[in-house]
Amino acid sequence: MLFLTCPHCGLRSVEEFRYAEIPTVPETMSDPEAIDLDRGFFRTNREGEVVERWFHEYGCRRWITVRRDTRTDSVLA
Amino acid sequence: MNEFIESKVRLRWPEGLRHSYDVVIIGGGGHGLATAYYLATRHGISNVAVLERGYIGSGNSGRNTTVIRANYGVPEAVRFYQHSLELYQHLEDETGRWIMHKEKGLLWIAHTEMGLRAERARAALNQAYGSETVFVGPEEIRSICPQIDLSGGGRYPVLGASYHPRGATARHDRVVWSLAEGGMREGVEVHQRTRVIGLQVDAGRIIGVETDRGPVGAGTVLLALGGQVSTLAAMAGLRLPIRTHPLQAFVTNHYQQGLEAIVASTELLFYASQTARGEILIGAEIDRQPSYSYRSSYGFLSSCAGRALALLPFLADLRVLRQWTGVCDMSPDYSPVMGRTAVDGLLVTTGWGTWGFKAIPAGGEAMAALIATGEVPSLIAPFGLDRFLNDRTLSDRGSAGTQ
Repeated sequence: MLFLTCPHCGLRSVEEFRYAEIPTVPETMSDPEAIDLDRGFFRTNREGEVVERWFHEYGCRRWITVRRDTRTDSVLA
Repeated sequence: MNEFIESKVRLRWPEGLRHSYDVVIIGGGGHGLATAYYLATRHGISNVAVLERGYIGSGNSGRNTTVIRANYGVPEAVRFYQHSLELYQHLEDETGRWIMHKEKGLLWIAHTEMGLRAERARAALNQAYGSETVFVGPEEIRSICPQIDLSGGGRYPVLGASYHPRGATARHDRVVWSLAEGGMREGVEVHQRTRVIGLQVDAGRIIGVETDRGPVGAGTVLLALGGQVSTLAAMAGLRLPIRTHPLQAFVTNHYQQGLEAIVASTELLFYASQTARGEILIGAEIDRQPSYSYRSSYGFLSSCAGRALALLPFLADLRVLRQWTGVCDMSPDYSPVMGRTAVDGLLVTTGWGTWGFKAIPAGGEAMAALIATGEVPSLIAPFGLDRFLNDRTLSDRGSAGTQ
């Protein structure tokens, strides 16, 4: 991945952005302590489509939501 | 693998997959093959199959930057990597194969007051736990590695370094081949081009694996693969504390031998060494976003080369020959994950991030002991999956050489 399209700034180099994941805890978990531990340490680490947040740190400094395929590291429309 | 190599290393490939094995190891890289090797040679367990989806060493075992060192930042890790470093020193005698092991000494350079504190602390901790690391000033750095620009290009002044004289490199393919050969000699089967597509679990116990060549029964299954380990663990209903990030590295053309030490800088985020062929090998930090893609980028190459030039200006005259990517399984505390899982008989060795190559012999030896005896060796007991549930993480980000 070389570029990200920022809805405010247009097509920008990925170097301008900071990555942030959205931890996803399995829905089957109900114990609050188990949920906290899972959110803190464990990851789905999915091969395929993921939804994540990126911060346009060296641009408009706004958060954007991106859909990406981790197998090819390409942004999905 | 060509004919020349086959004649030098006797790799005996098995015919077909058997119905079942005592131990099935998923992943024919350094850690999987080392576990099979030590199972066969130390514990007499040779009813073992190593399943590799590509060819042996085609994953991260063939993509790493081949550094062997033990200058880590938490006591448990110093002990573990020091043992691995010592096993590497004797691996040529033990396997009877030349792995091109060479002690070079490693300089870990500090450019700021904070970096100086980190390197002083590293030297003190390493000495206390039996690994040789000393703090050195700029004059000693100059005599160890005259190529270093002590002004750091005017922007990253060299204030000091921790020096790890036993730091070494070895040829990664040869490590893989010698372990494979040693295991095969004792009857271990290594099946290449065999992809695992499922894990068979019955009442909380592993009973075998599904492969694209049919099902295989197993008493014990070890996940020793890099990259897709989370996907495979999920087939048995497990979640791992792992994110997979790409890491890129590159080499220059071949030049006369001259850069004797391994040079690393956490603040500049790169490390460099010269290979036996004469290439300068330079690696760096992981890519920021998790991904399984092996794609390299020009952005990385130009920024990493720029940072390396600040410390080693002679690189400006060299040409870049090639660049590649591996995928690193990063754990939250930057330490490996070895041991049992919640599924009976299913073991895991992962979280090898950017520190897997140096740990191949010790990791394999410990996992083999765990499989053979059923007891977790004390050397790896702190690295179990349960450390995340018990709040006993081994935070060692500053020793990973990455961020």
